[in-house]
Amino acid sequence: MPAFDPKIVAFCCDQSGYPAADMAGSLELKLPRNVEIVRVPCAGRIETLYLLKALERGADGVLIFACYEQNCQFLRGNLRAKGRLSYAHRILEKIGIEKERIEICHLATNCGHKMAEALQRKSEQLKKLGPNPAKI
Amino acid sequence: MIKAEQKPMDEILRYLSPYDRILLSGCGACVTVCHAGGEKEVELLASALKMAFRKSGKSLEVLEATPARQCEPEFASELSETIEKVEAVISIACGVGVQTLARHFPKTPVFPGVNTTFLGETVTHGVWEERCQACGNCILERTGGICPVARCAKQLFNGPCGGSSKGKCEIKREADCAWQLIYDRLKGLGQLYRMEEIIPARRWGVESRDSGPRRIVREDLKV
Repeated sequence: MPAFDPKIVAFCCDQSGYPAADMAGSLELKLPRNVEIVRVPCAGRIETLYLLKALERGADGVLIFACYEQNCQFLRGNLRAKGRLSYAHRILEKIGIEKERIEICHLATNCGHKMAEALQRKSEQLKKLGPNPAKI
Repeated sequence: MIKAEQKPMDEILRYLSPYDRILLSGCGACVTVCHAGGEKEVELLASALKMAFRKSGKSLEVLEATPARQCEPEFASELSETIEKVEAVISIACGVGVQTLARHFPKTPVFPGVNTTFLGETVTHGVWEERCQACGNCILERTGGICPVARCAKQLFNGPCGGSSKGKCEIKREADCAWQLIYDRLKGLGQLYRMEEIIPARRWGVESRDSGPRRIVREDLKV
């Protein structure tokens, strides 16, 4: 049986997460193999539904890469993402799925290393949790 | 508008346990505004239900719909074709919407997905408060636009009671005393004399729900 290779969906804010992912790629940093980057104009664009749909449609975990708090170009987008994450956590708890599968990571454009570390850490965490039992 | 809150997930899952194909129906009116049963909530609940079933080794097919107003027969009847394809319906409209579907589709079980809570106002984003009990005889003109039926814990018509303290209610400490609000409002309007007018006891048995469900008939609108 092949080793479990968790699938991670990474929602990346265009002002921080996406350039950081670009930087991680340019520096050839080690990233987990099974990562799908979803570019969004601002973390505030990420609806609670996107987080659930990612899990429903096959992800084992989800990471939101958003700007540092008080550093959002659109003022409150990253705070909205945080609020929606907490709502998604409540829904996951109600249906008995580990809320740790979804997480937020605040960073800036030049945080390629931080992003790579967060993805590696998430991958290790998901390996311990095992496959998402709710994926369809 | 009517305010509602989603029912506990365990309760909804319990209703659905015998079925594997359902319709999840929201409503585009009041419950959309209070984020309990609009199109977004339909999508979220559908996703959560499918995952919950999958987790327990079963599968659930969820058809989704959000009629503009589930409590209106013409909008409810738009669901006819879809309802024929499912074994049951979860409605996250208010209790009125649930009953409209139940009346129109006598062969399909219809379950409520929300608890209809009150007629209320949006105080700020994400906060709603009760403002009206649809008591059937509005006296807001006498109380400065603040309703003692909905907002006073004791529903006093001639308040405040002795339990009003520093503007708060003795029954529910975090709630404003409705009669303090009425006093402040009338004072601001220069109409404090209204506090001296005795509001007579109501004929609850005639005007309100106490004598059974009420009905409004407008002959001119009938077809």
